[in-house]
Amino acid sequence: MTARTRTSNRLLLVRFCALGYLAVILIAPVTLIFWRAFEHGVHPFWAAISNPIATHALRLTVEVTLIAVPLNTAFGILCALAIVRHRIPGMGLINAFVDLPLALSPVVVGLALYLLYGRDGWFGHWLTTHGVRVLFALPAMVLATIFVSLPFVVREVVPVLREIGTDQEEAASTLGASSLTTFRRITLPAIRWAIAYGVVLTAARSLGEFGAVSIVSGGIAGRTQTLTQYVQASYENFDQTGAYAASVLLALLAITTLLAMTVMRHGDRRA
Amino acid sequence: MAIAARNVTKRFGDFVALDDVSIEVKSGSLTALLGPSGGGKSTLLRVIAGLERPDSGQVFISGKEATALAPQKRGVGFVFQHYAPFTHMTVFDNIAFGLTIRRRPKAEIEKRVEELIELVQLPGLGKRYPSQLSGGQRQRMALARALAAEPEVLLLDEPFGALDARVRKELREWLLRLHERTHVTTIFVTHDQEEALELADEVVVMNAGRVEQVAPPRTLYDEPANAFVMSFVGPVNRLGDTWVRPHDIEIRAEPNGSTSEAQVLRIIRLGFETRVELVREDGEHLHVQLTRDEAEQLELARGDIVYVRTRRERTFSTASA
Repeated sequence: MTARTRTSNRLLLVRFCALGYLAVILIAPVTLIFWRAFEHGVHPFWAAISNPIATHALRLTVEVTLIAVPLNTAFGILCALAIVRHRIPGMGLINAFVDLPLALSPVVVGLALYLLYGRDGWFGHWLTTHGVRVLFALPAMVLATIFVSLPFVVREVVPVLREIGTDQEEAASTLGASSLTTFRRITLPAIRWAIAYGVVLTAARSLGEFGAVSIVSGGIAGRTQTLTQYVQASYENFDQTGAYAASVLLALLAITTLLAMTVMRHGDRRA
Repeated sequence: MAIAARNVTKRFGDFVALDDVSIEVKSGSLTALLGPSGGGKSTLLRVIAGLERPDSGQVFISGKEATALAPQKRGVGFVFQHYAPFTHMTVFDNIAFGLTIRRRPKAEIEKRVEELIELVQLPGLGKRYPSQLSGGQRQRMALARALAAEPEVLLLDEPFGALDARVRKELREWLLRLHERTHVTTIFVTHDQEEALELADEVVVMNAGRVEQVAPPRTLYDEPANAFVMSFVGPVNRLGDTWVRPHDIEIRAEPNGSTSEAQVLRIIRLGFETRVELVREDGEHLHVQLTRDEAEQLELARGDIVYVRTRRERTFSTASA
Protein backbone atom coordinates (compact mmCIF):
# COMPACT_ATOMS: atom_id res chain seq x y z
CA MET A 1 0.00 0.00 0.00
CA THR A 2 1.44 3.39 -1.00
CA ALA A 3 1.68 6.34 1.36
CA ARG A 4 -0.92 8.20 -0.62
CA THR A 5 -3.59 5.53 -0.40
CA ARG A 6 -2.85 5.21 3.30
CA THR A 7 -3.50 8.94 3.79
CA SER A 8 -6.64 8.83 1.70
CA ASN A 9 -7.86 5.84 3.71
CA ARG A 10 -7.25 7.75 6.90
CA LEU A 11 -9.15 10.74 5.49
CA LEU A 12 -12.04 8.46 4.59
CA LEU A 13 -12.09 7.08 8.13
CA VAL A 14 -12.11 10.59 9.62
CA ARG A 15 -14.90 11.64 7.28
CA PHE A 16 -16.90 8.50 8.06
CA CYS A 17 -16.56 9.04 11.81
CA ALA A 18 -17.53 12.73 11.62
CA LEU A 19 -20.52 12.13 9.38
CA GLY A 20 -21.57 9.03 11.35
CA TYR A 21 -21.50 11.02 14.57
CA LEU A 22 -23.57 13.80 13.02
CA ALA A 23 -26.02 11.27 11.57
CA VAL A 24 -26.62 9.52 14.89
CA ILE A 25 -26.65 12.58 17.13
CA LEU A 26 -28.27 15.23 14.92
CA ILE A 27 -29.72 14.09 11.64
CA ALA A 28 -31.56 10.97 12.80
CA PRO A 29 -33.59 12.65 15.57
CA VAL A 30 -34.52 15.66 13.42
CA THR A 31 -35.48 13.44 10.48
CA LEU A 32 -37.53 11.27 12.81
CA ILE A 33 -39.44 14.34 14.02
CA PHE A 34 -40.23 15.33 10.44
CA TRP A 35 -41.21 11.76 9.56
CA ARG A 36 -43.53 11.36 12.54
CA ALA A 37 -45.14 14.76 11.93
CA PHE A 38 -45.96 13.92 8.33
CA GLU A 39 -46.54 10.18 8.91
CA HIS A 40 -50.25 10.50 8.10
CA GLY A 41 -49.85 13.19 5.47
CA VAL A 42 -49.99 16.94 5.53
CA HIS A 43 -53.57 17.19 6.75
CA PRO A 44 -53.11 16.06 10.39
CA PHE A 45 -49.97 18.20 10.57
CA TRP A 46 -51.84 21.24 9.38
CA ALA A 47 -54.74 20.53 11.74
CA ALA A 48 -52.31 20.22 14.65
CA ILE A 49 -50.54 23.51 14.07
CA SER A 50 -53.60 25.50 13.08
CA ASN A 51 -55.51 24.86 16.29
CA PRO A 52 -55.88 28.08 18.30
CA ILE A 53 -53.68 26.98 21.20
CA ALA A 54 -50.79 26.10 18.89
CA THR A 55 -51.07 29.33 16.88
CA HIS A 56 -51.22 31.33 20.09
CA ALA A 57 -48.06 29.56 21.35
CA LEU A 58 -46.31 30.35 18.07
CA ARG A 59 -47.40 33.96 18.20
CA LEU A 60 -46.28 34.32 21.82
CA THR A 61 -42.87 32.81 21.06
CA VAL A 62 -42.36 35.20 18.16
CA GLU A 63 -43.59 38.13 20.28
CA VAL A 64 -41.15 37.38 23.09
CA THR A 65 -38.34 37.01 20.56
CA LEU A 66 -39.21 40.28 18.84
CA ILE A 67 -38.99 42.12 22.15
CA ALA A 68 -35.89 40.36 23.48
CA VAL A 69 -33.74 40.57 20.33
CA PRO A 70 -33.77 44.37 19.79
CA LEU A 71 -33.20 45.00 23.49
CA ASN A 72 -30.27 42.58 23.65
CA THR A 73 -28.87 43.97 20.39
CA ALA A 74 -28.85 47.53 21.71
CA PHE A 75 -27.46 46.40 25.05
CA GLY A 76 -24.91 44.15 23.35
CA ILE A 77 -23.51 46.95 21.18
CA LEU A 78 -23.30 49.38 24.11
CA CYS A 79 -21.75 46.75 26.35
CA ALA A 80 -19.16 45.75 23.72
CA LEU A 81 -18.23 49.42 23.18
CA ALA A 82 -17.88 49.90 26.93
CA ILE A 83 -15.72 46.79 27.28
CA VAL A 84 -13.39 47.55 24.36
CA ARG A 85 -13.32 51.34 23.97
CA HIS A 86 -13.67 52.75 27.45
CA ARG A 87 -11.43 51.96 30.35
CA ILE A 88 -14.09 51.97 33.04
CA PRO A 89 -13.11 50.55 36.42
CA GLY A 90 -14.85 47.23 37.02
CA MET A 91 -15.24 46.56 33.30
CA GLY A 92 -13.37 43.28 33.69
CA LEU A 93 -16.00 42.08 36.11
CA ILE A 94 -18.81 43.09 33.74
CA ASN A 95 -17.00 41.32 30.92
CA ALA A 96 -16.98 38.13 32.99
CA PHE A 97 -20.62 38.53 34.05
CA VAL A 98 -21.79 38.78 30.45
CA ASP A 99 -20.93 35.10 30.04
CA LEU A 100 -22.91 34.05 33.09
CA PRO A 101 -26.06 33.12 31.11
CA LEU A 102 -23.98 30.64 29.10
CA ALA A 103 -22.74 28.93 32.23
CA LEU A 104 -25.84 29.13 34.38
CA SER A 105 -28.65 26.62 33.89
CA PRO A 106 -31.81 28.33 32.60
CA VAL A 107 -33.77 26.63 35.38
CA VAL A 108 -31.72 28.54 37.93
CA VAL A 109 -32.42 31.78 36.02
CA GLY A 110 -36.14 31.02 36.11
CA LEU A 111 -36.03 30.31 39.81
CA ALA A 112 -34.11 33.53 40.50
CA LEU A 113 -36.72 35.57 38.60
CA TYR A 114 -39.43 33.72 40.49
CA LEU A 115 -37.84 34.71 43.80
CA LEU A 116 -37.36 38.32 42.69
CA TYR A 117 -40.79 38.94 41.18
CA GLY A 118 -42.89 36.45 43.13
CA ARG A 119 -45.54 37.74 45.51
CA ASP A 120 -43.00 37.83 48.38
CA GLY A 121 -39.99 38.74 46.23
CA TRP A 122 -37.90 41.90 46.47
CA PHE A 123 -39.61 43.66 43.56
CA GLY A 124 -42.66 41.44 43.40
CA HIS A 125 -44.32 42.82 46.50
CA TRP A 126 -44.08 46.44 45.39
CA LEU A 127 -45.13 45.61 41.84
CA THR A 128 -48.13 43.58 43.00
CA THR A 129 -49.39 46.38 45.24
CA HIS A 130 -49.11 48.74 42.28
CA GLY A 131 -51.08 46.41 40.07
CA VAL A 132 -48.23 45.37 37.77
CA ARG A 133 -48.22 41.71 36.91
CA VAL A 134 -44.80 40.34 36.01
CA LEU A 135 -44.82 36.68 36.93
CA PHE A 136 -46.96 34.29 34.85
CA ALA A 137 -47.26 37.00 32.21
CA LEU A 138 -45.38 38.41 29.23
CA PRO A 139 -42.91 40.62 31.24
CA ALA A 140 -41.41 37.68 33.15
CA MET A 141 -41.15 35.59 29.96
CA VAL A 142 -39.37 38.44 28.20
CA LEU A 143 -37.04 38.96 31.18
CA ALA A 144 -36.14 35.26 31.25
CA THR A 145 -35.51 35.23 27.49
CA ILE A 146 -33.38 38.38 27.65
CA PHE A 147 -31.31 36.82 30.41
CA VAL A 148 -30.53 33.59 28.59
CA SER A 149 -29.82 35.24 25.22
CA LEU A 150 -27.77 38.14 26.61
CA PRO A 151 -24.17 37.21 25.68
CA PHE A 152 -24.46 36.56 21.94
CA VAL A 153 -24.29 40.07 20.47
CA VAL A 154 -21.61 41.14 22.98
CA ARG A 155 -19.47 38.07 22.25
CA GLU A 156 -19.71 38.56 18.47
CA VAL A 157 -19.02 42.31 18.53
CA VAL A 158 -16.18 42.49 21.10
CA PRO A 159 -13.48 40.68 19.05
CA VAL A 160 -14.33 42.63 15.89
CA LEU A 161 -14.12 45.95 17.75
CA ARG A 162 -10.75 44.89 19.15
CA GLU A 163 -9.52 43.90 15.70
CA ILE A 164 -10.49 47.11 13.90
CA GLY A 165 -8.75 49.21 16.56
CA THR A 166 -9.25 52.94 17.10
CA ASP A 167 -7.32 54.29 14.08
CA GLN A 168 -10.32 54.75 11.81
CA GLU A 169 -12.41 56.31 14.58
CA GLU A 170 -9.60 58.73 15.45
CA ALA A 171 -9.15 59.58 11.77
CA ALA A 172 -12.86 60.37 11.50
CA SER A 173 -12.71 62.63 14.55
CA THR A 174 -9.75 64.61 13.20
CA LEU A 175 -11.72 65.03 9.95
CA GLY A 176 -14.45 66.76 11.90
CA ALA A 177 -16.88 63.95 12.72
CA SER A 178 -18.73 64.05 16.06
CA SER A 179 -18.77 60.90 18.20
CA LEU A 180 -22.24 60.03 16.93
CA THR A 181 -21.27 60.54 13.27
CA THR A 182 -18.12 58.47 13.82
CA PHE A 183 -20.17 55.67 15.35
CA ARG A 184 -22.78 55.76 12.60
CA ARG A 185 -20.41 56.07 9.64
CA ILE A 186 -17.26 54.26 10.77
CA THR A 187 -17.83 51.92 13.72
CA LEU A 188 -21.26 50.60 12.80
CA PRO A 189 -20.40 49.59 9.21
CA ALA A 190 -17.27 47.83 10.52
CA ILE A 191 -19.19 45.73 13.04
CA ARG A 192 -22.39 45.22 11.07
CA TRP A 193 -21.75 41.56 10.25
CA ALA A 194 -20.79 40.80 13.83
CA ILE A 195 -24.07 42.37 14.94
CA ALA A 196 -25.97 40.34 12.34
CA TYR A 197 -24.42 37.06 13.58
CA GLY A 198 -25.20 38.08 17.14
CA VAL A 199 -28.82 38.84 16.23
CA VAL A 200 -29.25 35.48 14.50
CA LEU A 201 -27.83 33.61 17.48
CA THR A 202 -29.91 35.66 19.93
CA ALA A 203 -33.05 34.97 17.90
CA ALA A 204 -32.32 31.24 17.71
CA ARG A 205 -31.71 31.05 21.44
CA SER A 206 -34.87 33.07 22.20
CA LEU A 207 -37.09 30.93 19.97
CA GLY A 208 -35.88 27.70 21.56
CA GLU A 209 -35.81 28.85 25.19
CA PHE A 210 -37.60 26.45 27.51
CA GLY A 211 -36.13 26.08 31.00
CA ALA A 212 -36.24 29.62 32.40
CA VAL A 213 -39.46 30.58 30.66
CA SER A 214 -41.31 27.44 31.75
CA ILE A 215 -40.73 28.35 35.41
CA VAL A 216 -41.90 31.97 35.21
CA SER A 217 -44.64 31.69 32.59
CA GLY A 218 -46.89 29.18 34.28
CA GLY A 219 -47.45 27.60 30.89
CA ILE A 220 -51.19 28.31 30.73
CA ALA A 221 -52.43 26.99 27.39
CA GLY A 222 -53.67 29.77 25.12
CA ARG A 223 -52.30 32.45 27.43
CA THR A 224 -48.72 32.07 28.62
CA GLN A 225 -47.65 28.96 26.76
CA THR A 226 -44.73 29.28 24.34
CA LEU A 227 -44.10 26.90 21.47
CA THR A 228 -41.54 24.85 23.37
CA GLN A 229 -43.93 24.52 26.28
CA TYR A 230 -46.70 23.56 23.88
CA VAL A 231 -44.52 20.70 22.60
CA GLN A 232 -44.00 19.44 26.14
CA ALA A 233 -47.68 19.80 27.09
CA SER A 234 -48.88 18.01 23.97
CA TYR A 235 -46.45 15.19 24.51
CA GLU A 236 -47.55 14.75 28.11
CA ASN A 237 -51.20 14.69 26.97
CA PHE A 238 -50.45 11.87 24.50
CA ASP A 239 -51.11 14.27 21.59
CA GLN A 240 -48.11 13.01 19.67
CA THR A 241 -49.05 14.51 16.34
CA GLY A 242 -49.41 17.92 17.99
CA ALA A 243 -46.03 17.57 19.71
CA TYR A 244 -44.29 16.50 16.51
CA ALA A 245 -45.98 19.17 14.42
CA ALA A 246 -44.94 21.94 16.83
CA SER A 247 -41.43 20.48 16.94
CA VAL A 248 -41.26 20.65 13.17
CA LEU A 249 -42.28 24.29 13.40
CA LEU A 250 -39.48 24.99 15.88
CA ALA A 251 -37.01 23.10 13.71
CA LEU A 252 -38.08 25.11 10.67
CA LEU A 253 -37.59 28.38 12.58
CA ALA A 254 -34.13 27.22 13.60
CA ILE A 255 -33.24 26.17 10.06
CA THR A 256 -34.43 29.54 8.75
CA THR A 257 -32.18 31.43 11.17
CA LEU A 258 -29.26 29.17 10.26
CA LEU A 259 -29.88 29.80 6.58
CA ALA A 260 -29.99 33.52 7.27
CA MET A 261 -26.62 33.17 8.95
CA THR A 262 -25.13 31.22 6.02
CA VAL A 263 -26.37 33.82 3.56
CA MET A 264 -24.82 36.54 5.74
CA ARG A 265 -21.49 34.71 5.95
CA HIS A 266 -21.50 34.59 2.19
CA GLY A 267 -22.15 38.34 2.01
CA ASP A 268 -19.47 38.96 4.61
CA ARG A 269 -16.83 37.19 2.57
CA ARG A 270 -17.62 39.33 -0.43
CA ALA A 271 -17.46 42.59 1.51
CA MET B 1 2.68 81.21 15.26
CA ALA B 2 0.51 78.53 13.68
CA ILE B 3 1.01 76.04 16.49
CA ALA B 4 2.41 76.34 19.97
CA ALA B 5 2.72 73.88 22.80
CA ARG B 6 3.56 75.34 26.22
CA ASN B 7 4.91 73.26 29.09
CA VAL B 8 3.06 70.15 27.97
CA THR B 9 3.41 67.10 30.22
CA LYS B 10 1.80 63.74 29.51
CA ARG B 11 2.18 60.54 31.52
CA PHE B 12 0.97 57.04 30.71
CA GLY B 13 0.97 55.39 34.11
CA ASP B 14 4.55 55.67 35.37
CA PHE B 15 5.94 56.45 31.94
CA VAL B 16 6.55 60.13 31.23
CA ALA B 17 5.93 60.54 27.50
CA LEU B 18 6.21 64.33 27.47
CA ASP B 19 8.11 66.19 30.17
CA ASP B 20 7.41 69.95 30.16
CA VAL B 21 7.66 70.30 26.38
CA SER B 22 7.36 73.67 24.65
CA ILE B 23 7.60 74.23 20.90
CA GLU B 24 6.52 76.89 18.46
CA VAL B 25 5.85 76.25 14.80
CA LYS B 26 5.77 79.05 12.28
CA SER B 27 2.86 79.47 9.94
CA GLY B 28 3.50 77.82 6.56
CA SER B 29 6.57 75.95 7.72
CA LEU B 30 7.49 72.30 7.36
CA THR B 31 8.68 71.06 10.74
CA ALA B 32 10.08 67.66 11.68
CA LEU B 33 9.79 66.05 15.09
CA LEU B 34 12.89 63.87 15.14
CA GLY B 35 13.96 61.38 17.76
CA PRO B 36 14.28 57.74 18.75
CA SER B 37 11.12 55.69 19.30
CA GLY B 38 9.63 56.24 22.71
CA GLY B 39 11.00 59.79 22.71
CA GLY B 40 7.57 61.40 22.85
CA LYS B 41 7.31 62.79 19.31
CA SER B 42 4.15 60.86 18.33
CA THR B 43 2.56 61.73 21.67
CA LEU B 44 3.26 65.42 21.07
CA LEU B 45 1.66 65.18 17.63
CA ARG B 46 -1.40 63.45 19.12
CA VAL B 47 -1.64 66.12 21.85
CA ILE B 48 -1.62 68.82 19.15
CA ALA B 49 -4.36 66.96 17.25
CA GLY B 50 -6.43 66.52 20.40
CA LEU B 51 -6.22 62.72 20.31
CA GLU B 52 -4.47 62.80 23.70
CA ARG B 53 -5.31 65.16 26.53
CA PRO B 54 -2.13 66.54 28.20
CA ASP B 55 -1.85 66.22 31.99
CA SER B 56 -0.69 69.83 32.12
CA GLY B 57 0.33 72.56 29.72
CA GLN B 58 -1.44 74.29 26.85
CA VAL B 59 -1.82 73.91 23.10
CA PHE B 60 -2.47 76.84 20.78
CA ILE B 61 -3.58 76.52 17.17
CA SER B 62 -3.60 79.67 15.01
CA GLY B 63 -3.27 81.80 18.11
CA LYS B 64 -6.32 80.31 19.86
CA GLU B 65 -6.07 78.09 22.90
CA ALA B 66 -7.10 74.57 21.89
CA THR B 67 -6.08 72.52 24.92
CA ALA B 68 -9.61 71.44 25.84
CA LEU B 69 -10.98 71.39 22.29
CA ALA B 70 -12.18 68.07 20.82
CA PRO B 71 -10.17 66.85 17.81
CA GLN B 72 -13.08 67.47 15.42
CA LYS B 73 -13.08 71.18 16.31
CA ARG B 74 -9.36 71.87 15.83
CA GLY B 75 -9.17 72.14 12.07
CA VAL B 76 -6.18 69.83 11.81
CA GLY B 77 -5.54 67.20 9.19
CA PHE B 78 -3.91 64.07 10.61
CA VAL B 79 -2.24 61.30 8.63
CA PHE B 80 -1.78 58.16 10.69
CA GLN B 81 1.25 55.94 10.59
CA HIS B 82 -0.74 53.12 9.01
CA TYR B 83 -2.99 55.63 7.19
CA ALA B 84 -6.18 54.41 8.93
CA PRO B 85 -8.13 54.12 5.66
CA PHE B 86 -11.91 53.68 6.01
CA THR B 87 -11.86 50.12 4.73
CA HIS B 88 -15.56 49.94 3.79
CA MET B 89 -15.43 53.09 1.66
CA THR B 90 -14.03 53.72 -1.79
CA VAL B 91 -11.06 56.02 -2.33
CA PHE B 92 -13.49 58.73 -3.43
CA ASP B 93 -15.65 58.37 -0.30
CA ASN B 94 -12.57 58.28 1.92
CA ILE B 95 -11.31 61.57 0.52
CA ALA B 96 -14.80 63.08 0.53
CA PHE B 97 -15.48 62.13 4.17
CA GLY B 98 -14.56 65.46 5.74
CA LEU B 99 -16.75 67.27 3.22
CA THR B 100 -19.68 64.83 3.31
CA ILE B 101 -20.08 65.14 7.06
CA ARG B 102 -20.05 68.92 6.68
CA ARG B 103 -22.98 68.53 4.30
CA ARG B 104 -21.31 70.39 1.44
CA PRO B 105 -23.21 70.39 -1.86
CA LYS B 106 -22.62 67.29 -3.91
CA ALA B 107 -21.22 69.11 -6.93
CA GLU B 108 -18.72 70.95 -4.75
CA ILE B 109 -17.61 67.70 -3.10
CA GLU B 110 -17.14 66.04 -6.46
CA LYS B 111 -15.09 68.93 -7.79
CA ARG B 112 -12.88 69.12 -4.71
CA VAL B 113 -12.29 65.36 -4.53
CA GLU B 114 -11.37 65.24 -8.21
CA GLU B 115 -8.87 68.05 -7.62
CA LEU B 116 -7.37 66.18 -4.69
CA ILE B 117 -7.20 62.89 -6.58
CA GLU B 118 -5.29 64.81 -9.23
CA LEU B 119 -3.05 66.46 -6.62
CA VAL B 120 -2.07 63.18 -4.97
CA GLN B 121 -1.72 61.44 -8.34
CA LEU B 122 -4.36 58.74 -7.98
CA PRO B 123 -6.26 59.35 -11.24
CA GLY B 124 -8.84 56.71 -12.09
CA LEU B 125 -8.61 55.01 -8.71
CA GLY B 126 -11.59 56.77 -7.10
CA LYS B 127 -13.83 53.70 -7.27
CA ARG B 128 -11.24 51.33 -5.75
CA TYR B 129 -11.25 50.21 -2.14
CA PRO B 130 -8.22 50.88 0.08
CA SER B 131 -7.38 47.16 0.16
CA GLN B 132 -6.84 47.35 -3.63
CA LEU B 133 -4.17 50.06 -3.33
CA SER B 134 -0.42 49.78 -2.78
CA GLY B 135 1.15 51.19 0.39
CA GLY B 136 2.27 54.37 -1.33
CA GLN B 137 -1.14 54.93 -2.93
CA ARG B 138 -2.89 54.37 0.40
CA GLN B 139 -0.59 56.92 1.99
CA ARG B 140 -1.40 59.51 -0.67
CA MET B 141 -5.12 58.77 -0.29
CA ALA B 142 -4.76 59.44 3.44
CA LEU B 143 -3.03 62.74 2.65
CA ALA B 144 -5.78 63.78 0.26
CA ARG B 145 -8.39 62.85 2.87
CA ALA B 146 -6.63 64.99 5.46
CA LEU B 147 -6.34 67.94 3.05
CA ALA B 148 -9.96 67.79 1.83
CA ALA B 149 -11.50 70.01 4.49
CA GLU B 150 -8.66 72.55 4.08
CA PRO B 151 -7.08 72.21 7.52
CA GLU B 152 -4.97 75.01 8.95
CA VAL B 153 -2.43 72.45 10.06
CA LEU B 154 -1.31 69.12 8.64
CA LEU B 155 0.10 66.54 11.05
CA LEU B 156 1.86 63.43 9.73
CA ASP B 157 2.80 60.57 12.05
CA GLU B 158 5.78 58.64 10.60
CA PRO B 159 4.40 59.26 7.11
CA PHE B 160 6.92 57.08 5.30
CA GLY B 161 7.61 54.53 8.02
CA ALA B 162 5.80 51.60 6.47
CA LEU B 163 7.05 51.98 2.89
CA ASP B 164 9.99 50.47 1.08
CA ALA B 165 13.08 52.58 0.41
CA ARG B 166 12.35 53.55 -3.20
CA VAL B 167 8.72 54.58 -2.60
CA ARG B 168 9.87 56.49 0.49
CA LYS B 169 12.25 58.58 -1.53
CA GLU B 170 9.65 59.33 -4.22
CA LEU B 171 7.05 60.31 -1.67
CA ARG B 172 9.48 62.55 0.20
CA GLU B 173 10.16 64.58 -2.93
CA TRP B 174 6.48 64.61 -3.70
CA LEU B 175 5.60 65.85 -0.18
CA LEU B 176 8.15 68.62 -0.55
CA ARG B 177 6.57 69.74 -3.83
CA LEU B 178 3.10 69.48 -2.31
CA HIS B 179 4.14 71.69 0.59
CA GLU B 180 5.63 74.23 -1.80
CA ARG B 181 2.28 74.35 -3.61
CA THR B 182 -0.14 74.40 -0.68
CA HIS B 183 1.89 76.03 2.10
CA VAL B 184 -0.15 74.32 4.78
CA THR B 185 1.71 74.42 8.10
CA THR B 186 2.98 70.87 8.39
CA ILE B 187 4.51 68.89 11.22
CA PHE B 188 5.77 65.39 10.62
CA VAL B 189 7.19 62.78 12.97
CA THR B 190 10.20 60.72 11.94
CA HIS B 191 13.01 58.71 13.48
CA ASP B 192 15.04 59.03 10.29
CA GLN B 193 17.50 61.92 10.54
CA GLU B 194 18.08 61.98 6.80
CA GLU B 195 14.35 62.43 6.19
CA ALA B 196 14.21 65.28 8.72
CA LEU B 197 17.25 67.06 7.28
CA GLU B 198 16.05 66.65 3.71
CA LEU B 199 12.46 67.86 4.16
CA ALA B 200 12.18 70.20 7.10
CA ASP B 201 12.77 73.96 7.47
CA GLU B 202 13.02 73.40 11.16
CA VAL B 203 13.80 70.26 13.16
CA VAL B 204 12.71 69.59 16.72
CA VAL B 205 14.93 66.89 18.22
CA MET B 206 13.17 64.99 21.00
CA ASN B 207 14.49 62.40 23.40
CA ALA B 208 13.02 60.83 26.54
CA GLY B 209 10.05 63.19 26.53
CA ARG B 210 12.13 66.37 26.26
CA VAL B 211 13.11 68.77 23.49
CA GLU B 212 16.89 68.58 22.97
CA GLN B 213 17.21 71.24 20.29
CA VAL B 214 15.12 73.21 17.83
CA ALA B 215 17.04 74.42 14.78
CA PRO B 216 17.17 74.48 10.99
CA PRO B 217 18.82 71.32 9.56
CA ARG B 218 22.16 72.99 8.82
CA THR B 219 22.54 74.41 12.33
CA LEU B 220 21.52 71.12 13.83
CA TYR B 221 24.27 69.31 11.99
CA ASP B 222 27.00 71.91 12.38
CA GLU B 223 26.18 73.21 15.84
CA PRO B 224 24.48 70.47 17.82
CA ALA B 225 23.41 71.69 21.25
CA ASN B 226 24.51 68.58 23.07
CA ALA B 227 26.00 65.13 22.72
CA PHE B 228 22.62 63.52 22.10
CA VAL B 229 21.86 65.71 19.10
CA MET B 230 25.42 65.29 17.81
CA SER B 231 25.15 61.51 17.94
CA PHE B 232 21.55 61.27 16.74
CA VAL B 233 21.81 63.65 13.80
CA GLY B 234 24.45 62.08 11.59
CA PRO B 235 27.16 59.50 12.26
CA VAL B 236 29.75 60.26 14.90
CA ASN B 237 32.93 58.99 16.59
CA ARG B 238 33.24 59.36 20.33
CA LEU B 239 36.82 59.76 21.60
CA GLY B 240 36.71 60.20 25.34
CA ASP B 241 34.99 63.55 25.87
CA THR B 242 35.27 64.72 22.29
CA TRP B 243 33.02 63.92 19.35
CA VAL B 244 33.96 64.03 15.71
CA ARG B 245 32.11 63.34 12.47
CA PRO B 246 33.53 60.53 10.27
CA HIS B 247 34.14 62.98 7.41
CA ASP B 248 36.13 65.26 9.74
CA ILE B 249 38.95 62.73 10.11
CA GLU B 250 41.84 63.15 7.73
CA ILE B 251 43.88 60.13 6.69
CA ARG B 252 47.48 60.61 5.54
CA ALA B 253 50.07 58.14 4.28
CA GLU B 254 52.89 60.00 6.14
CA PRO B 255 52.96 61.54 9.64
CA ASN B 256 53.10 65.36 9.85
CA GLY B 257 53.55 66.13 13.54
CA SER B 258 49.92 66.57 14.52
CA THR B 259 48.81 63.12 13.40
CA SER B 260 48.62 59.86 15.27
CA GLU B 261 49.23 56.36 13.99
CA ALA B 262 46.37 53.98 13.17
CA GLN B 263 45.83 50.64 11.49
CA VAL B 264 43.16 49.91 8.87
CA LEU B 265 40.71 47.23 10.09
CA ARG B 266 38.07 47.26 7.41
CA ILE B 267 37.20 49.04 4.17
CA ILE B 268 33.62 49.24 2.88
CA ARG B 269 33.03 50.65 -0.58
CA LEU B 270 29.52 52.08 -1.13
CA GLY B 271 29.62 53.60 -4.58
CA PHE B 272 30.63 57.23 -4.17
CA GLU B 273 31.46 56.81 -0.51
CA THR B 274 34.17 54.69 1.13
CA ARG B 275 33.99 53.87 4.81
CA VAL B 276 37.15 52.95 6.66
CA GLU B 277 37.34 51.48 10.13
CA LEU B 278 40.59 52.19 11.96
CA VAL B 279 42.12 51.47 15.32
CA ARG B 280 44.34 54.23 16.70
CA GLU B 281 47.54 53.50 18.62
CA ASP B 282 45.75 54.42 21.87
CA GLY B 283 43.19 51.68 21.15
CA GLU B 284 40.29 53.97 20.05
CA HIS B 285 38.24 52.75 17.11
CA LEU B 286 37.49 55.32 14.41
CA HIS B 287 34.99 55.34 11.58
CA VAL B 288 36.07 57.50 8.68
CA GLN B 289 34.15 58.56 5.57
CA LEU B 290 36.11 59.33 2.40
CA THR B 291 35.14 59.93 -1.17
CA ARG B 292 36.07 57.16 -3.53
CA ASP B 293 38.78 59.31 -5.12
CA GLU B 294 40.40 60.09 -1.78
CA ALA B 295 40.42 56.41 -0.86
CA GLU B 296 41.95 55.45 -4.22
CA GLN B 297 44.68 58.07 -3.93
CA LEU B 298 45.67 56.68 -0.55
CA GLU B 299 45.68 53.13 -1.97
CA LEU B 300 44.28 51.87 1.32
CA ALA B 301 44.34 48.17 2.12
CA ARG B 302 43.45 46.17 5.16
CA GLY B 303 46.25 46.07 7.75
CA ASP B 304 47.94 49.27 6.44
CA ILE B 305 49.45 51.73 8.90
CA VAL B 306 48.16 55.27 8.28
CA TYR B 307 48.26 58.62 10.09
CA VAL B 308 45.08 60.37 11.18
CA ARG B 309 44.14 63.85 12.32
CA THR B 310 40.74 65.00 13.53
CA ARG B 311 39.15 68.30 12.56
CA ARG B 312 36.21 70.17 14.06
CA GLU B 313 36.00 68.03 17.18
CA ARG B 314 33.35 69.02 19.69
CA THR B 315 33.16 68.69 23.43
CA PHE B 316 29.99 68.97 25.46
CA SER B 317 30.02 69.98 29.09
CA THR B 318 27.30 67.54 30.13
CA ALA B 319 27.54 64.44 27.98
CA SER B 320 24.03 63.08 28.32
CA ALA B 321 24.08 60.47 25.58
